[in-house]
Amino acid sequence: MSQRLARKLLPHPMLSTMLVVVWCLLINHLSLGTVVFGAILGLLIPISTAAYWPDRPKITRPWRLVSYMGIVIWDIVVANVQVAMIVLFKRNADMAPNWVVIPLELRTPEAITMLAGTITLTPGTVSADLSADGAALLVHALDAPDPDAVRDEIKTRYERRLKEIFE
Amino acid sequence: MTGGMMLLDLLVTLLLIAGAGFMLVGSYGLLKLDQPMKRLHAPTKASTLGVGSLLMASMVDTFATGDGSLHELLVLAFLFVTAPITGNFIAKVHLHRQRDDNDLPPPPAEEGWATHSEK
Repeated sequence: MSQRLARKLLPHPMLSTMLVVVWCLLINHLSLGTVVFGAILGLLIPISTAAYWPDRPKITRPWRLVSYMGIVIWDIVVANVQVAMIVLFKRNADMAPNWVVIPLELRTPEAITMLAGTITLTPGTVSADLSADGAALLVHALDAPDPDAVRDEIKTRYERRLKEIFE
Repeated sequence: MTGGMMLLDLLVTLLLIAGAGFMLVGSYGLLKLDQPMKRLHAPTKASTLGVGSLLMASMVDTFATGDGSLHELLVLAFLFVTAPITGNFIAKVHLHRQRDDNDLPPPPAEEGWATHSEK
């Protein structure tokens, strides 16, 4: 009973926390009034939008999100330099742009969205499409002579970690 | 001017130059690359590390000169959330345009890619 009530009042605890943090950052000044108003927003917005997001994403190991974000930021920096070198010094004819198909083991929409976003943010790869049954991701690579290597790297580096976080 | 301030100014300058450099490479890539899908890679670069460095510079500067500001974190967060979606939509438009003669590899299952699906 109390659990059902808590679920009704707080349909998305993570979203509520994030709204409070975002509100404090928007105001750019930490005071009691800011936090209280942020908490009111954090309560009202998830309740009023719960109808459009009925399922709560299951995050089993939230602390791994932090290390995941660290890895992604590091990869963005490294890959940016690599791709800048390719753009500056490699002739168009020498590049090997390729489509890469990534069969997915992730099933939840939130996890697949995060994987697709990560792939686009790390330069050199852009996620372009999802298969109609949601079981594979279509990725374009700027310079990948060996598409299988790109697929394996994405699967071991990102998908495995996301699977640990979400399942 | 103390040595610490000098060092911070140097850091801000380096971040600004790095950010501007990556933005320039991103724009140059847009000009140089010759296929629509290849072109898509250039702006994703500019919007991640380029803007990221500029925002870091702004943050370091506000903290060095007194009252710090964390607005930049929000800009970065919203950018990181929206940039992949923009890229995805441009890619989808490209897929629609080459619907009839596409060179895409087929997905493992039979149903085809979602953009080309009739359902």
